[in-house]
Amino acid sequence: MSDAAAVARREKVLGAIRTRLGNSGGKREAVEARIAGQARHLVPERSRQDASGLKALFAAQLRAGNATVVESASEADLPRIVASYLRGQNLPLTLRAGEDAWLRGIDWSREPAISITKGPAVPADEVGLTHAVAAVAETGTLVLASGPENPVTVTFLPETSIIVVRAADLVGPYEAAFDLIRERYGHGTMPRTLNLVSGPSRTADVGGRLVTGAHGPRRLCVVIVG
Amino acid sequence: MTPETKPPRVALFVTCLVDLMRPSVGFAAVKLLEQAGCTVEVPMAQTCCGQPAYNSGDKTTAEALARQTIAACEGYDYVVAPSGSCAGMLKSHYAKLLASDAAWQGRANAFAAKVHELISFLVDVRGMTGVSQTLIARATYHDSCSGLRELGIKDQPRKLLASVEGLELVEMADCEVCCGFGGTFAVKYADISNAMVEKKCANIGESGADLVLAGDLGCLMNMAGKLRRDGSTAKARHIAEVLAGELSDPPIAAAD
Amino acid sequence: MDVTAHAFKSNVKAALKDMQLQRALSGLPTGLVAQRTAAKAKLPEFEALRDVGRDIKNHTLAHLDLYLEAWETKATAAGAKVHWAPTAADAREIVAGICRDANARLVTKGKSMVSEEIALNAHLEAQGLEVVETDLGEYLVQIRHETPSHIIAPAIHLTEAQIEADFRRQHTHLPKDRPLDEPVKIVSEAREILREKFIKADVGITGANFLIAETGSSIIVTNEGNGDLTQSLAKVHVVVTSIDKVVPTLEDVTTLLRLLARSATGQEFSVYTTFSTGPRRAEDADGPEEYHVVLLDNGRSALLDTPFREVLRCIRCGACMNHCPVYGAVGGHAYGWVYPGPIGAVINPALIGLEEASHLPNASTFCGRCESVCPMKIPLPGLMREWRQQEFAAGGGTRMARSALKAWSYLARRPRLYHLASRLGIAALSALGRTRGAFRSLPLAGGWTRHRDLAAPQGRTFQQLWAEHKRGVPR
Repeated sequence: MSDAAAVARREKVLGAIRTRLGNSGGKREAVEARIAGQARHLVPERSRQDASGLKALFAAQLRAGNATVVESASEADLPRIVASYLRGQNLPLTLRAGEDAWLRGIDWSREPAISITKGPAVPADEVGLTHAVAAVAETGTLVLASGPENPVTVTFLPETSIIVVRAADLVGPYEAAFDLIRERYGHGTMPRTLNLVSGPSRTADVGGRLVTGAHGPRRLCVVIVG
Repeated sequence: MTPETKPPRVALFVTCLVDLMRPSVGFAAVKLLEQAGCTVEVPMAQTCCGQPAYNSGDKTTAEALARQTIAACEGYDYVVAPSGSCAGMLKSHYAKLLASDAAWQGRANAFAAKVHELISFLVDVRGMTGVSQTLIARATYHDSCSGLRELGIKDQPRKLLASVEGLELVEMADCEVCCGFGGTFAVKYADISNAMVEKKCANIGESGADLVLAGDLGCLMNMAGKLRRDGSTAKARHIAEVLAGELSDPPIAAAD
Repeated sequence: MDVTAHAFKSNVKAALKDMQLQRALSGLPTGLVAQRTAAKAKLPEFEALRDVGRDIKNHTLAHLDLYLEAWETKATAAGAKVHWAPTAADAREIVAGICRDANARLVTKGKSMVSEEIALNAHLEAQGLEVVETDLGEYLVQIRHETPSHIIAPAIHLTEAQIEADFRRQHTHLPKDRPLDEPVKIVSEAREILREKFIKADVGITGANFLIAETGSSIIVTNEGNGDLTQSLAKVHVVVTSIDKVVPTLEDVTTLLRLLARSATGQEFSVYTTFSTGPRRAEDADGPEEYHVVLLDNGRSALLDTPFREVLRCIRCGACMNHCPVYGAVGGHAYGWVYPGPIGAVINPALIGLEEASHLPNASTFCGRCESVCPMKIPLPGLMREWRQQEFAAGGGTRMARSALKAWSYLARRPRLYHLASRLGIAALSALGRTRGAFRSLPLAGGWTRHRDLAAPQGRTFQQLWAEHKRGVPR
């Protein structure tokens, strides 16, 4: 297929739209202003709570979606919490994780049985460990940005996903999480994937009956730190 | 007379089905409207609200019937119909049909403001809170689609039914789901219509009711016809008949 | 796919006799319908959000060319290759070309109704590619050589027993005596089988629920995680989507996402909502090397200056079909083309022609339940009526229906004549059936009396009795 044909197809679609809409000249500024304005619409009241209320809502929503939620009072305590969860599930203490600086800064040697392999996940990995950039209390949703720090395969390939989020990064509505993303990546710029995760994978395609554990992780453990 | 004491003049829009099949519903409506302090008149120049044409895509006939009905009934304080479907047509659709007709647009809007379905008119406009009737029955109420979704009729019929002595109201499952009537749909797509009314009748049966009530004769004829074909003992009546105590005629599709 | 919308009536007959289908459909009221009701009850702002959502889409559609261009600029800057496809054939060939360029043999697919619309699988298979659907419902349908019967629950027409039998027939390399008597075992087996496909796939195709002009992103919403594995593990990620999916900003899409899952499955939020922007970055450890977006028109732009523009707001949640009593009676396949239920009854005539699909907008009681639950407040019954008007104006419909309507209309427009004819007709009809109260059969009323009795009239018309009443004659 030639480039000229591709250009012609593009003009055909856009031309058809313009013809049907009438002249859209002069509206371009309105469109640009709307995109730049990033105005919030109606935001549910439930997302306006103090920190402890948001934490409780976040945890309750995730649990309703069959996730495990545990709190770790401090970063130092995280290895013990992770080890305890994995032992409780009879899972190996071998984890896959990316290059996330904050996760690397944690002293994992406090739990010598834990071993962490760095890099993107491979099919044999049983447990993935990722660090969410933000968490949304509104629906118990974690926000993960892809990149070498937290490769997307680490979140999706292993049967068990452990996602750690700092209590300080817990916000009420999605809009607040998107503002954090804009701060980090710049306005209008996104990581290759931004994954919003609200539980372990599931399906109801067999007879309408809900089964936890479809193609993504069968188990999700969320650790709130701090 | 002061405005407070002068009884409002109500045009009864009989509806074609009540006119043809079950005049007792019309008389029940008149009785209830008079109990609610209204003077009732029945304009002769009315026929049908036009839905059979409107829903068959015949906009020209629908517009003609809209103009005819408006002209016949607009001179009254209110226009009341014992049907959510027909009232919905008069109230919600005439103005849309005539929106591009400059001469009629204003009339259609003014007309729409006067139109009410019977039971909601009694409760919401006339402040009726109950009736003095007795009927020993276990009844279930079917929420007809247009009344429910176009006009918001839900609590009003239940409120008045609660005042009927001896009448126990039991809710059936899916009381808000269509019975499958749909005007010409019942004939054009008879098999689907049948599947829908089968489910409706199963729900009526499971409710344990011996009487099914609704505010629309079309739905009632559909449900009553199916109940009878299935050999069910449950009977069907228009809610106005029960509220007015107009029960001397046999129930719908029942023998003398 | 084969179009059988014209055969709607015979499809209906078959569907009503299909006991497996009827059993599968019987779960809708207590399933998706009840779940949506519960989700709505948990969010007091739900109804207000529907208005906001409608306005967002209306604004976007009114500036559609500009938002698509803005989206394209951002997407291209992030490394996306954007392909515009005026027709289904264009889109198919574009995707096939991408697969050829990638020397692909195996293609995995996440759920995409647009790919169904363009019959993509058959086209790719004809080019020698192996195409594997990875959404479990889509996979179940694919191994039966069927099409989805619902836009979010493709296999909703199948019972567990049918699925078990299909797995035993299809997965012959597994032990014959393995237990598959519970959904969890079926799901596990599918997971194992499809996992291999994800890993080996050369191209991963997904749809898109939304495109965001602000960031140049595409979004998929799933529960199974299959879409993420599809788009992350293959070297090439192709998004097959349509021009109506674009929205201006993250805030805009947030409102629509708040409505989508609640309306669809009654979840507060789907498990996975994934924003994809361009291919993997230089520093990334995983992700696709190429990211293509195919933007399909296929008749959508032609709706923009018609009343049917409103259907372009659709976010494909499926609530209209879940709540539709006609869909609940006959299921999705009876509709005879890609989009079933009320939304299909409005979209299909636009995409495959009114002549082919004329039954669909006619087969509705206008009960209005679809419109009352549509998160985008699309006036579906009104648009079905619009199709009926177009059909009537073009002289469509059966000759008998048209002459009956014409005769009735002649009378209804002449009140005096109408009342006279009513009196005579009712007197005659009443004489036939008064004492029995109803008719079991009646000439010309076969459509009614085939399934139910017809109530006999009381004998005289109300107008007749009222005139007597006014003259003082007791009733």
